[in-house]
Amino acid sequence: MTATTPFLSVRDLYVRFATEDGTVKAVDGLSFELERGRTLGIVGESGSGKSVTNLAVLGLHDPRTTEIEGEILLDGQELTGAPESALEKVRGHKAAMIFQDSLTALSPYYTVGRQIAEPFRKHTGATRREARLRAVEMLKRVGIPNPALRVDDYPHQFSGGMRQRAMIAMALVCDPQLLIADEPTTALDVTVQAQILDLLKDLQQQTGSAIILITHDLGVVAHTVDELLVMYAGRAVERGTVREVLGAPRHPYTWGLLGSMPRLTSDVEEPLSPIPGAPPSLLAPPPGCPFHPRCASVAAVGGDRCRTERPELPAGRGAACHLTPERQRAIFAGQIKPRLR
Amino acid sequence: MLRFLVRRSLGAIVIILLISAITFFLFFALPSEPALMSCGKNCTPDALAVINKNLGLDQPVPVQYWHYMQGIFMGRDFTVGHCPAPCFGYSFSNQQPVWGTIVDRFPTTLSITLGGAAVFLVVGVGIGMIAAAFRGTWIDKFFSSLSLVGGALQIYFVGVIALAVLVSGLHWMDNPAYHPITEDPVKWFTGMLIPWLVLSIIFIANYSRMTRSQMVEQLGEDHVRTARAKGLGRRTVFFRYAWRGALAPIVTIFGIDLGSLFGGAIITEFTFSLHGLGRLAVSSVSETDLPTLMAVMLVGCTAIVVANIVVDAAYAVIDPRVRLA
Repeated sequence: MTATTPFLSVRDLYVRFATEDGTVKAVDGLSFELERGRTLGIVGESGSGKSVTNLAVLGLHDPRTTEIEGEILLDGQELTGAPESALEKVRGHKAAMIFQDSLTALSPYYTVGRQIAEPFRKHTGATRREARLRAVEMLKRVGIPNPALRVDDYPHQFSGGMRQRAMIAMALVCDPQLLIADEPTTALDVTVQAQILDLLKDLQQQTGSAIILITHDLGVVAHTVDELLVMYAGRAVERGTVREVLGAPRHPYTWGLLGSMPRLTSDVEEPLSPIPGAPPSLLAPPPGCPFHPRCASVAAVGGDRCRTERPELPAGRGAACHLTPERQRAIFAGQIKPRLR
Repeated sequence: MLRFLVRRSLGAIVIILLISAITFFLFFALPSEPALMSCGKNCTPDALAVINKNLGLDQPVPVQYWHYMQGIFMGRDFTVGHCPAPCFGYSFSNQQPVWGTIVDRFPTTLSITLGGAAVFLVVGVGIGMIAAAFRGTWIDKFFSSLSLVGGALQIYFVGVIALAVLVSGLHWMDNPAYHPITEDPVKWFTGMLIPWLVLSIIFIANYSRMTRSQMVEQLGEDHVRTARAKGLGRRTVFFRYAWRGALAPIVTIFGIDLGSLFGGAIITEFTFSLHGLGRLAVSSVSETDLPTLMAVMLVGCTAIVVANIVVDAAYAVIDPRVRLA
């Protein structure tokens, strides 16, 4: 898109796990880019490769069972195949991660303050006292009341929302330029979800960092992200700005995701329309388009193309689908949109 | 913490009293007559009656139990004279004060236990951590098979081989024997070394397996991944995060093992002809020596009960989520 190198560039990423049953192709040729100050949403069902991709960015997979191929350039630094010592300097410093379940993702054995201060000391060489002050400051920034007292609490003494805030504080303690949030609000109730998302946006405006927001909740992305990547079976199937993808989705899978979402305007009696079938096995993905066994548009494409030929995702806005863009628009406008209301 | 200790100590006393009563009453269910032991060859019913009277065996069992418990706390008068508290009575088989025998035997048991525990804790946990750090590699597989073999071995088997090779064959060491540490620390150490190592083998197998599985489990925990995602080094993640989580179950098992060893390591003592509490317990059963049996039982179960309290208190220190109440 632009001549300059993007801040984060993932190109042709493959992540494979060796298991007893065979090789799992968890990420199968994924490319995306992200600039500073922007937020990328990655959506998809469980097992679509969202989390695996982002663990790969930080090199958190077990190298003994995982094979990673491709290129991950963060601010010009190649991360795939980088030595552990180099990755340790990136993790928590330049790129940090927020995990889904703050109860299990924080260690129960150490105080919140210590866990926040730890990466700060490691990456900046601060003293114990400085790091502690920094932890208090971070807790204050993420809206924890009485931060000077709460810094000595253990995670179990925090509520779920507060724990997630503490985790955000921990991730942001070194002012990372890339923040990966892996379903940061899934374990929280709805009002707290909104608070956490607002907090992330506020902090982004202050620091100008890039954010990757992984979620399966399209409601979350609508108000939070700039660009959207829809993943299916380890591949990106649709890409665009959030307005484009949610307003005029092109891929039949995205239509299915939108259709399976409950709406406030719909009749409670009316059943949700889930996508038929289950996500494919990543041990032996179906030939052709991996979505074709669940796709209602196979007939519209005609012939055997969906079963034999894998559709490519075009650069920029587009969907990895054999339907022509005109047909995609026509089917969405004629058949899908009326049902979504 | 104080409330916890008081409450648990009271509970412990109840448990120990219950066990003492059960042991006492079970003893009289045995089809044996203790007085026969001290009656000699030409025993007459009259002589037997006198002995029974001297030993207090002519009284009803509950009364005997009452006198026995009284003796422990307040001392007790016998025909041979006053027995000061803690009085566990006189042995039926050798007529010595039981408390003296216990005090005499306990240092041996203490030495076996503490030395052996130190060896198996350090070596077992160490091996488990090494195996966990190199999980999946040949190092891990080597130690796993080794601990499988170690777990299948028996003390009497390894003990006899150790004696045959190290003592009789190569003459590297003397026969294991107990020398008080206060008299000669070097002799104490060399005398106990073989028992320690042999006793440890089975425990090492258990502890290394347990440590390995705990560590592997912990290394897969979310909070360990978070620690890595923060950029902490491998060593910090391994020792500070994973090890901390693996600690609690190891401490639990260790406390209970230690407690039961204090009650006597019977097979180890027999294998190496050491005179500790375990041997005393076995002989008191075979000689229907009630006072000695009771005393050994009480020491043993007190050790286990105390170990349990210490373990629970340690839990609160290890895991901040545990609140003692």
